[in-house]
Amino acid sequence: MVGITAYGAYIPAFRLSRDLMAKAWGRASIGGERSIANNDEDSATMAVEAVFDCLQGDSRSDLGGLFFASTTAPYREKEISSLIATTVDLPAEILTADFANGLRAGAAALRSGLDAVASGSAKNLLVAAADCRLAYPQSESEQAFGDGAAALAIGSSKVIATLEGHYSISNEMMDVWRKEDDTFVQSWENRWALGEGYSALMQRALSGLMKKKGLDPKGVTRAAFPAPDVRTHRRLAQVLGFDPKSQVVDPLLGQVGDCGAAHPFMLLVSALESAKAGDTILLGAYGNGAEAFLFQVTEEISKLKSRRGIQGWLQSKLSLPTYEKYLSYRGILKTQPGEPFRLLPSATAYWRDVGTILRFHGSKCRSCGTLAFPIQRVCYTCRTKDSFDEVRLSDKKGKVFTFSLDNLAGRSDDPVIVQSVVESEVDQARVYCLMTDFQPKEVRVGMPVEFTFRRIYEGAGFQNYFWKCRPVR
Amino acid sequence: MESMKDRVAIVGMGCTQFGERWDAGLNDLAIESAYEAYQDAGIGPDDIQACYMGTVTAPMIGVGGTVVADGLKLRGIPIIRNENWCATGHIALIEAFMAVASGMYDVVLALGVEKLKDTGFPGLGTGRGMHPVYEARRTSPGSFSLIATRYFHQYEIDPEKGREMIGKIAVKNHYNGSLCPKAHFHNRITLEDVMKAPIIAWPLGLYDCCGNSDGSAAAIITRADMAKNFRPDPIYVKGFGVAMDSMIPHFRPGFSWTSFDALVNSSHKAYEQAGIKNPREELDIAEVHDCFTITELVIYEDFGFSPRGRAGEDIESGFFTLQGGLPVNADGGLKCFGHPVGASGIRMTYEVYKQLQGKAEKPERQIKNPRRGLSHTFGGPPQISAVAIFGNEKG
Repeated sequence: MVGITAYGAYIPAFRLSRDLMAKAWGRASIGGERSIANNDEDSATMAVEAVFDCLQGDSRSDLGGLFFASTTAPYREKEISSLIATTVDLPAEILTADFANGLRAGAAALRSGLDAVASGSAKNLLVAAADCRLAYPQSESEQAFGDGAAALAIGSSKVIATLEGHYSISNEMMDVWRKEDDTFVQSWENRWALGEGYSALMQRALSGLMKKKGLDPKGVTRAAFPAPDVRTHRRLAQVLGFDPKSQVVDPLLGQVGDCGAAHPFMLLVSALESAKAGDTILLGAYGNGAEAFLFQVTEEISKLKSRRGIQGWLQSKLSLPTYEKYLSYRGILKTQPGEPFRLLPSATAYWRDVGTILRFHGSKCRSCGTLAFPIQRVCYTCRTKDSFDEVRLSDKKGKVFTFSLDNLAGRSDDPVIVQSVVESEVDQARVYCLMTDFQPKEVRVGMPVEFTFRRIYEGAGFQNYFWKCRPVR
Repeated sequence: MESMKDRVAIVGMGCTQFGERWDAGLNDLAIESAYEAYQDAGIGPDDIQACYMGTVTAPMIGVGGTVVADGLKLRGIPIIRNENWCATGHIALIEAFMAVASGMYDVVLALGVEKLKDTGFPGLGTGRGMHPVYEARRTSPGSFSLIATRYFHQYEIDPEKGREMIGKIAVKNHYNGSLCPKAHFHNRITLEDVMKAPIIAWPLGLYDCCGNSDGSAAAIITRADMAKNFRPDPIYVKGFGVAMDSMIPHFRPGFSWTSFDALVNSSHKAYEQAGIKNPREELDIAEVHDCFTITELVIYEDFGFSPRGRAGEDIESGFFTLQGGLPVNADGGLKCFGHPVGASGIRMTYEVYKQLQGKAEKPERQIKNPRRGLSHTFGGPPQISAVAIFGNEKG
């Protein structure tokens, strides 16, 4: 049986109080808080986090592909799935594909992934979705949106939730969109968009699938479906006949916000976190149509390694102190440029050093065992040449060996840069990197840290991604 | 391997006014230092048989020896440029020693020059690493303060107490610089000034960091047996040591961050050539690389001036002040005299040269009867160290 074999999620550390957002504009708050990607995060980096959470150090050798879905991919032309696959250290002989352009992109990637495994074109694959959409400053959507990601592993053995049914409707309407050059999400009048669009189509898809499978609402253990706002969500649950307390999965609007194409994944992860064998999970997704999936949870779920998932990331957070910081983190306000970088990046060097830059491999000498980062052809200790094994350090923890709080190199909205020398838990390899998602006063020698994939800076016309460390979340 | 002891001598030196030299370009600075050195040695440009020069941040790629050839109109001779981060000036000097010691040339010019103040930014810049991606936001203060954090941790020093300990180095160097007409800064500071100054890269504050200056320094090197033909008081080279470390410390497996192999190795090689057994007792002046106060502290220990982990006691007792047992950075050091990168090694040697000749500009800063002096620079991430030892008599 084809289905989900593992899951992972990611919610950025920063949360912004919606009251603070409302206060900045003198308008009403919808309450709660939303997640905010840090200024070094984007949909690609968040997807990488979710995939690592999904993999939990498992072998990559039998993974046959990685699909990525987002409406906010960091490049208009340039595959992101290949970037993510390399970064999470997948082999080269795999399927990669990006799904984009609509809020249902995540559902489309999931469906394609399930189909690929069912048809035998891949034995196992990963599907990741991430979004960080921008709404107009001052709008209600600005408060309602959130940033986040989730990833699902799909396969046909050790399945924790088998696919039992699927239902899809396509529908052309201009309810929510962004033109090629739009920064912010546009929408038509809410009453029409929500009534004739979201509510009507989600109801058709979810009840259509239940009817197809001969289920009544009581036959569904958990119903997970995103919604643009709490009221619309509650109303749909009511119309479908689900008990809001026992059956409906919290739509994560109060503490996270609507994470676009990633949101159905995040809700499925949330449902799976508390699921037990025999449960049925109904999943919905909306965007120019609607789509429903029915999963049945198996005994395998009890064997799954522990992971952060939605609950773990939700609890681990930092408050973004001001609304203005959100504006500059997301590039809506310009930051004062710092000193220019002396070294310009090079696409060829980036390509050549991919083992270090993306895969985050060190080299372990076969003669003396010294582990050095970045990869060294000649061993630092015994000078043996070209005799080493590559060791992945990205999903290993470490401790701060020494650090500085540098006031010269930061952005104007984030003036303190933590330069850190980290000693990895793997053979005490030393990694020099920047720290992110930190509070300056808490940084100390010996602090436990983990590595996180981030944007470093834009130069030579493309994004430079590399690894930073952060206090263990 | 042979020793450099008493084989070559310095017979003339020049040093520009250091500081924000808005008035002077790279060529102007080189002209100022070279012509002072010519005059000091009693020679002219026609006497120079080869030139070893260094500059680090020249605004163009492939600067070669152009500054010297075009600025000084030296022609028909080899002009060889090096770039070795902050050790650049010393490397030019040492190349000149070796060119003369080899017997190839008799009169050689060594010149270091740097024009930092044409960039529009106050610091040395961001992204100074070896790699455009994984060292993209490295700055000098941020890199060197890693030493301070670890030193305080290793020796269980409360960071604020530690900041006071290294802050006293800044107070000393500012005092020394205030007596030096050619220094970039002339202000005396108190420990309170140091502690209250803005943080640049914690734990280092403004006064823990050296100035970014424009400047140039030059030396005329000749054979020891010819030296007295130029002047009665030549300064003899007693030894030198240069050590480069492989793999920058940030990534070096097992690196302690409180001691640097390059510092230990370069100083020991120089001591060996000079026949120095106990540098704390045998040296009368040392000009060392105080790019940051913490750097000067680890040098005290790596050079054998202070026991390991106990440099703080010597700072407290004033051992390294002008009146102390071993005056360090008597001209104010990089901290106060300024740090035009490629010029610094030769500027430090200029101070040792003048002190050994008894020719410090003001009597209150002249060290009494010095015989042996050391100059040193330490550069890069940091990775390279260069030391030279001088004496005012043969033997």
